[in-house]
Amino acid sequence: MPFENERLRIIAICDVAPREYENEWIFVPPIEPVETRIDFQRGASNFRDYNSIQAKAHLPARGRDPRRSSMTSFHVNGKPVQVDVDPSTPLLWVLRDSLGMTGTKFGCGMALCGACTVHLDGKAIRSCVAPVARVQGKRVTTIEGLSENLTHPLQRAWIELDVPQCGYCQSGQIMSAAVLLAENPKPTDKDIDEAMGGNICRCGTYPRIRKAIHKAAELAAEGKAK
Amino acid sequence: MSGPAMVGRREFIKTGAAIGGGLLVSLYTPSPNGPGSAIAAAENGVVLNAFVRIGADESVTVISAHSEMGQGIYTSLPMLLNEELQADWSKIRVEAAPVDKVYNHPLFGVQMTGGSTTSPAEWERYRKMGATARVMLVQAAATKWGVEPSSCRVEKGVVIHTATSKRATYGSVADAAAKLTPPANVPLKNPKDFTLVGKPTRRLDTPSKTNGTAQFGLDVKLPGMLTAVVALPPVFGGKVAKLDATAALKVPGVKAVEQVPSGVAVIAETFWPAKLGREKLVIDWDLGPNAGLSTEKMLRDFGETAMKPGALAKKTGDPEAALKTAAKTLTAEYDVPYLAHAMMEPLNCVVDLRGDSCEIWTGTQFETVDRANAAQVAGLPPEKVQIHTTLLGGGFGRRANPSSDFVVEAVHVAKVAKAPVKVVWTREDDMRGGWYRPMWHDRFVAGLDANGDPIAWTHTIVGQSIMQGTPFEAFGIKDGIDSASVEGAADLLYGMPNLQVDLHTPKIGVPVQWWRSVGHSHTGFSVEAFFDEVAHAGGKDPYELRRKLLANQPRMKAVLELAAQKANWGSKLPPGVGRGIATHFSFDSYVAQVVEASVEKGAVRVHRVVCALDCGLVINPDTVRAQMEGGIIFGLTAALKTEITLKGGRVEQSNFHDYQMLRIFESPKIEVHIVPSGESPTGVGEPGVPPVAPALANAIFAVTGKRVRRLPIRASDLA
Repeated sequence: MPFENERLRIIAICDVAPREYENEWIFVPPIEPVETRIDFQRGASNFRDYNSIQAKAHLPARGRDPRRSSMTSFHVNGKPVQVDVDPSTPLLWVLRDSLGMTGTKFGCGMALCGACTVHLDGKAIRSCVAPVARVQGKRVTTIEGLSENLTHPLQRAWIELDVPQCGYCQSGQIMSAAVLLAENPKPTDKDIDEAMGGNICRCGTYPRIRKAIHKAAELAAEGKAK
Repeated sequence: MSGPAMVGRREFIKTGAAIGGGLLVSLYTPSPNGPGSAIAAAENGVVLNAFVRIGADESVTVISAHSEMGQGIYTSLPMLLNEELQADWSKIRVEAAPVDKVYNHPLFGVQMTGGSTTSPAEWERYRKMGATARVMLVQAAATKWGVEPSSCRVEKGVVIHTATSKRATYGSVADAAAKLTPPANVPLKNPKDFTLVGKPTRRLDTPSKTNGTAQFGLDVKLPGMLTAVVALPPVFGGKVAKLDATAALKVPGVKAVEQVPSGVAVIAETFWPAKLGREKLVIDWDLGPNAGLSTEKMLRDFGETAMKPGALAKKTGDPEAALKTAAKTLTAEYDVPYLAHAMMEPLNCVVDLRGDSCEIWTGTQFETVDRANAAQVAGLPPEKVQIHTTLLGGGFGRRANPSSDFVVEAVHVAKVAKAPVKVVWTREDDMRGGWYRPMWHDRFVAGLDANGDPIAWTHTIVGQSIMQGTPFEAFGIKDGIDSASVEGAADLLYGMPNLQVDLHTPKIGVPVQWWRSVGHSHTGFSVEAFFDEVAHAGGKDPYELRRKLLANQPRMKAVLELAAQKANWGSKLPPGVGRGIATHFSFDSYVAQVVEASVEKGAVRVHRVVCALDCGLVINPDTVRAQMEGGIIFGLTAALKTEITLKGGRVEQSNFHDYQMLRIFESPKIEVHIVPSGESPTGVGEPGVPPVAPALANAIFAVTGKRVRRLPIRASDLA
């Protein structure tokens, strides 16, 4: 690529010290430097994720090992499942093709876009790079399992603010946001930016995602107060 | 959305309706014992016309002739229809239309979605369909009660006889209504009496997009379906010279490896073995004539070409003479790269090919064209091919492919798979598969008089034709000028006494296509950034000069003034922050944007974008806002991040690590201000994109003194 070395990287702005502005309109507060952060070049991430590098370390050799059973057992949305697939198959394709759960989306296959985000024992992972062997005996939650009747505060907020456009990335957005809220019931814009930085939306719904996460935090707090 | 089993074989439209003056003037109404009755009975409800079906359970199903790709049309069209039908909004559902000429785009004559035209084109037809259905329902109720229809009124899906307060729900009289002859020329409401259109209305598709039930093409599954991926040539137009599939066929789950015109298909039980199998293919490619393509060379060639006069697209006055007499002249050249659409849902298509039928499930913007192209490959007449349009995980123009590349390929694969098959493009396939926004070079020369006012403006454009080889070539290309190449340049709104726009159209083996805002995606940037240069060269405030030259364009002038006022143009900014402004007229809509941005250590940060627009009468204000927000972020991604480059004929980018999207932490505060208007609706999906790159470039100049003349913006250009 002719311009590889001179390409402007907005992410560099993260190293800029916080600044004070006289007006309130600065929407994204300057971000303080942090030690680890999302590495969009490689698809790894810093937030509670099994990044692709870690995943590869656990990756069984491709092809079936006749000495090993290819059965993998785990829970999806509270229900036990058992699948007979090559253990290196990414969880994404086991969910979609073997279990017929298509709410979790394929976007990049490299943990770069977040469309495939699901929860593994309560942590957000990119299922497109998580071999199914990794989830043996564990609990997976997908968008289908977030709530029964669109009652999760995030779903209510998403509907109230009409966040989705094409909607394809939104399962992943909501699953990332759900972990954020579980760990941080009152996130700031900065918290949201950090937690949601691994989820791409090509339609550009980011402003509404921010608002909806704040809204969901309010709804969840109201629910607890009752 | 219904599943594949539900959306199958809905062939209830037996007659195409007459299309005159862009309006549907007659309807097809099935009689209970006549043709079409089986379909009407099989489906849930009574078909009142091709656009609405009413169920005994009071459900009202609006048939959308246009695809939902995020623009909110699955809500806007029902709003238009129900403004007149007056059913209970909570009972409204929406369904994709089958392919039939009754659903042809009123302006383009084929069934399609694009060009920011759905609302402008359907603005009357969907209201008319709703009104016609309402009149039939009222008539049916009135006949039942033996009263005059004019003595009845309608409230939320209930016909009420005012004098006696008798009530009949739409569902209860739908059967009787369907037997009536549809009335002609039903009067429509005056827009000032609208109760639904113009009110912020929640999208009907949002719930399904928050719980995983929304069905995109990639989610379709048929019994016995196989999945295929295709190894595409590394260079456009490359062909397989030698193929060794031995290792691929050994991958468990791989069923077959077959050559198809576009490459080598690996057909497997599911996606993952297909992908693993593809990695094991050993292919010698005959790279063909495009193996030497290089973006660097193209940049040089385009620059040289722009020095020569091209085909004349526009000439007013005598620019040549005016430039000679000008007190000052100014020359600048601008470059923008090839761009991929990069929809979040990569391309895919499901085909069930039988002996005498072909059913296709895909997210497409181009039903009629896809059906014709698929029929040719299947060896079937078009009416034997049915397309089930799913939700689109983004379109941006890519899913309206003139050669139906992703559909045609899937039909080819289905022919050799001998089973229903889903062809999946990986992100890499999607990004390297071509059909990009063209690369463009723009060269400007402007002349200023002694007062610093521009008196001459010449603009030479170099770039591939998008319209060539498409169904729109006949009216898109005139006298060698592709209107998409010069839109936004030849129709400059600024008063310019001497204006010339000329065009070079090189033929290059990179397939190009419309990409959200099409030609405006480059002219918006180059024209508005150069305008800023002209203003500064003449010592003028860029906002005031725009105002002055828009004296005869009241709608654009109003939009410009609104944006400037809301952005507090001219007020003091924090140190290090610059402000830039741009306007652009596209898809008949007027948009102005003000960007506030800073540059730190070579990195651009966009803080705030203020957007004002006039898109005529607004159907769903919240959708308009969403499209502006999305268009701005789409435009910022192009301004700051993305380019497709070629070296040795190969596309150098492959996935989101080297073709990066704007992310949430880079997303600015966006404010959208809509000018109230009673004019007919104009485009909304695309017009938000063009002004943001130049407004940003102008803001960067304001704060750094550096001119940005190529996209994406590079740190080296700001140093």
